Amino acid sequence: MLSYIYTLLPSIGDGLVVTLKVFALTLVFSIPLGIIVSILRIWNIKPISRITELYVWVMRGTPLMLQVVFIFFGLPVVGITFDRFTAVIIAFVLNYAAYFGEIFRGGIESIDKGQYEAAKVLGLSSYRTFTRIILPQMFKIVLPSIANEVITLVKDTSLVYIVGIGELLRAGKIASNRDASLVPLVLVGVVYLLLTAIFTIVFNKIEKKYSYYE
Amino acid sequence: MNKVINMMLKVNKLSKSFERKRILEDISLQLEAGEVLVIIGPSGGGKTTLLRCINGLEKSDNGTIIIDNIYLCRDHNNKSIYASPKEMKSIRQKIGMVFQNYNLFPHMSVVENIIEAPINVLGLSKDDAINRAYSLLKNVGLEDKKDSYPFQLSGGQKQRVAIARALCLNPKILCLDEPTSALDPELREGIANIIGKLADKGMGILIITHDMDFAKRVATRVISMKEGRIVKEAQKEDFFSEFEDNRVRRFMIL
Repeated sequence: MLSYIYTLLPSIGDGLVVTLKVFALTLVFSIPLGIIVSILRIWNIKPISRITELYVWVMRGTPLMLQVVFIFFGLPVVGITFDRFTAVIIAFVLNYAAYFGEIFRGGIESIDKGQYEAAKVLGLSSYRTFTRIILPQMFKIVLPSIANEVITLVKDTSLVYIVGIGELLRAGKIASNRDASLVPLVLVGVVYLLLTAIFTIVFNKIEKKYSYYE
Repeated sequence: MNKVINMMLKVNKLSKSFERKRILEDISLQLEAGEVLVIIGPSGGGKTTLLRCINGLEKSDNGTIIIDNIYLCRDHNNKSIYASPKEMKSIRQKIGMVFQNYNLFPHMSVVENIIEAPINVLGLSKDDAINRAYSLLKNVGLEDKKDSYPFQLSGGQKQRVAIARALCLNPKILCLDEPTSALDPELREGIANIIGKLADKGMGILIITHDMDFAKRVATRVISMKEGRIVKEAQKEDFFSEFEDNRVRRFMIL
């Protein structure tokens, strides 16, 4: 049994690398983009906030899998072509930025307007006010929701199989079909659980770091 | 008119409405260096809005506000024309504000709260800003709390940090919104002392409150407001000797 599991490790390992790549790239790009989305959404200029609202609605209102398919198979019809991996990252980033954007917006809007007024009477610029006063407080407020999204993202990465990219779950499925065994799938499940456990611990640490004030 | 030199604040015929409701009507007042002007009156009387106009958080509809000889807004054809953003920046440095609920930055330590503006507005080095913060904290008796966070402070301590922060840009005027609303009697005396010292140094102090005892304690001049208008203005002694007058008293109890 142990030796069977041992033979599975290389392919599961390869799948894990792809999963982690999708995961990391999505986070690295979607969090900053999400901050921009939240700012555009709050902006007083009607057309901009309306367009952003539309974007959020489309991204949250359609399945992520459909978005991946659309970007990889659909966009070439109008002459825009991406390789599989790029298409997947674009779809994931756009999708997650919409969710993060809404979470950040909620965080920003829950900050007391007295904070803006204090910054204003001190003469801080809008940029300074946002980066020094609003953003740090917003991050503390939204951390639990972000942790939730991050854990969802770990599992959403399994959707990339739709364009033929081999990731963790796909590696497990292939082995499972080949060997007529459930063991590979159980193994994959354990790997997902471990990943989730790691990110839960990481987020608990971050939350603790932010608990220096109330 | 030699006095103009010492004039810290001049408000002339200021009016403001919110959705056609008149909040301020034809307000004129002035504040000289070293003076403690207390504006009293029932809530809803327009005191807070007046203060918010003076510190630039609200814009008046018409009238003029001059802060240390610079126009914050100027009446032109019955409309307040406001200073450019650049002028606004220098006006903001002349006026310090202590909010009723202090609005300290909760994620920053006491000293960080105070150095933020000197570093970013005046371009001070961090060391210079910290030295300035220490001397301000010393003046309000809170040196030992420099590394605390606002949630670790009592209401009175928070207020003194807010005062130190409001003074961090060396303003000419200090505004305080209901400074005694969250303080017990001993602490009122402490804050009155701090205010007195600042006025002695030549700062113009503007306080809005409905705390008559406190007004009596700190004011050099008193203005009372009701329904957006100034109904009475007098030096403190005159104001409070007439205070026994029934009409004034009835209004104050309201």
